Amino acid sequence: MSKYVIIGGCAAGISAVEAIREVDQVGTITVISEEPCPQYSRPMISDFVGGKAYLEKMKTRDDKFWTKQSVEALTGQRAVKLDTVKKFVTLENGTKVTYEKLLIATGGKPFVPKIDGLDKDGVFTFTSLSDAERLVSKIEAMQLKKAVVVGAGLIGISLTEALVKRGLQVTLVELQDKILSLILDPVASDLVANTIRSLGVEIITGQSVKNVLGKPETPNVVGGVLLTNGCQVLCDCVIFAIGVIPRTELVVGTDIKTNRGIIVDNYMQTTVPDVYASGDVAEVYDFVLNQNRLLPLWPLAVLEGKVAGYNMAGKKTEYSGGTNMSSLKYFGIPIVSIGLTNPKDVSSLEVLSAQSAEENVYKKLVLKDNVIVGMIFVNDIEKAGIFFYLMKNKINVQNFKHVLLSKTFSLATLPEAIRKEMKISE
Amino acid sequence: MKRIIAKQEHCMGCGLCEVGCAVQHSKSKDPIKAYNHEYPKPISRIRLELNKPVSFAIQCRHCENAPCVVACLTGAMTRDEETGFVKHNPEKCMGCWTCIMVCPYGAIKADVSGKIVAKCDACTELSVPVCVASCPNGALECKEVTS
Repeated sequence: MSKYVIIGGCAAGISAVEAIREVDQVGTITVISEEPCPQYSRPMISDFVGGKAYLEKMKTRDDKFWTKQSVEALTGQRAVKLDTVKKFVTLENGTKVTYEKLLIATGGKPFVPKIDGLDKDGVFTFTSLSDAERLVSKIEAMQLKKAVVVGAGLIGISLTEALVKRGLQVTLVELQDKILSLILDPVASDLVANTIRSLGVEIITGQSVKNVLGKPETPNVVGGVLLTNGCQVLCDCVIFAIGVIPRTELVVGTDIKTNRGIIVDNYMQTTVPDVYASGDVAEVYDFVLNQNRLLPLWPLAVLEGKVAGYNMAGKKTEYSGGTNMSSLKYFGIPIVSIGLTNPKDVSSLEVLSAQSAEENVYKKLVLKDNVIVGMIFVNDIEKAGIFFYLMKNKINVQNFKHVLLSKTFSLATLPEAIRKEMKISE
Repeated sequence: MKRIIAKQEHCMGCGLCEVGCAVQHSKSKDPIKAYNHEYPKPISRIRLELNKPVSFAIQCRHCENAPCVVACLTGAMTRDEETGFVKHNPEKCMGCWTCIMVCPYGAIKADVSGKIVAKCDACTELSVPVCVASCPNGALECKEVTS
């Protein structure tokens, strides 16, 4: 019996623990986590492969975190069944853990298309530290030379950079016409693609992998991939980095409603009282689109977990929402991309952009009724957060939009009323 | 808890706060050596914002609900429970720029290496932060504030 039970010890779970403890220092907390060392930074697994990070650096909290927060940590354990009527969770080993308040923060699992050849030696997914460890030991043990990365989103691009650093020849296969298509517009995407190509990476767009092929002499070992256009790409390993799908298995058969992810309100509560969900498993509020949707992003998972934790402990807190937002560091090109960056229909929108070829700088703002709803900043990102502030607070920029993308834009350019609101100076 | 406060009316836009900050965070801590002989040149963690006649200096506000602490992917950005300042641990930073993305003041930037971020550390080793001490017109003040 635990007052608070949290399933998942990653971004949202850890954040929820801290929020609960801010409000309630004595209520018992149990965290059920599949991973033996849960409190590491998943976004760092590419740096792990690239040789820039190691477990100690990747830990987002110190080893005594559970003890310090008085948490009963059931690590290496899996929750397999949920009874929301009698309020208990069943673990794989049969143990029943009852709860008063439950948080489902089970995250996502890598999406892998159903194709032939997935059972061959040399096929990987890439979302956890153990995935990264498996990949590294394989590369080292077999001295792999050539990799195919499937999916040119954030994970695929970061992994490609890491593999290039390790000296592998990489072919990037992307179903969309452009790389990073969920994050960037064609201009910014081409800028990144040109840099990546200049480092010897082959980028194939508009294609997916039809099946994974074996080596002629050892058919059980990856020797290449067959693309949908019939072309073959030879490789020693293939890594699927297409994205994640919510791990909603646990709520099947309960009254908890799901769409693509678990449906939650702005207090992170599911459709069943006392059961909350946060992170990649939940459909959360997007303040730009004004609707709930999957937003599997680390900083948002932390924020959502925090909101869930507060509400579970009785401190009523509303989630103000997130949106599709990413910062990228890969291949030496700093990028910030937030919101509606590449709208298909611009009839009700206004697009401002500025480009400087010699500095390789590109900036774009998308406005709707004089409110920023999307932005891309490439190679000059220091002030990007100021624009995010304007965006998040839905500030009308009509009177100063002509200076927003000027080189001299600063906080001093903002109208005095906004500066006052931001408490910038006395 | 102590905070550095900017006083817009007193700011002349001279930029000595930036010089002081860059020197304080240089290897030599000497202005001539730092600016002439250190490569890459040290950077200031405070930025003079100028739109004449408006000018003021901005650096990390050590926000109460600091968005950078929540957003940090690695645990490099934390709240120092003793001082209340937002601390950045360069050892843990992976230079993902997420904190830059969410800082409403644009007060975090890439450090000289371009691989991790740098921001105001409130000069906790000094009795008075160097930007405050460098200001010739009292436009920066370090004082006790209630949250």
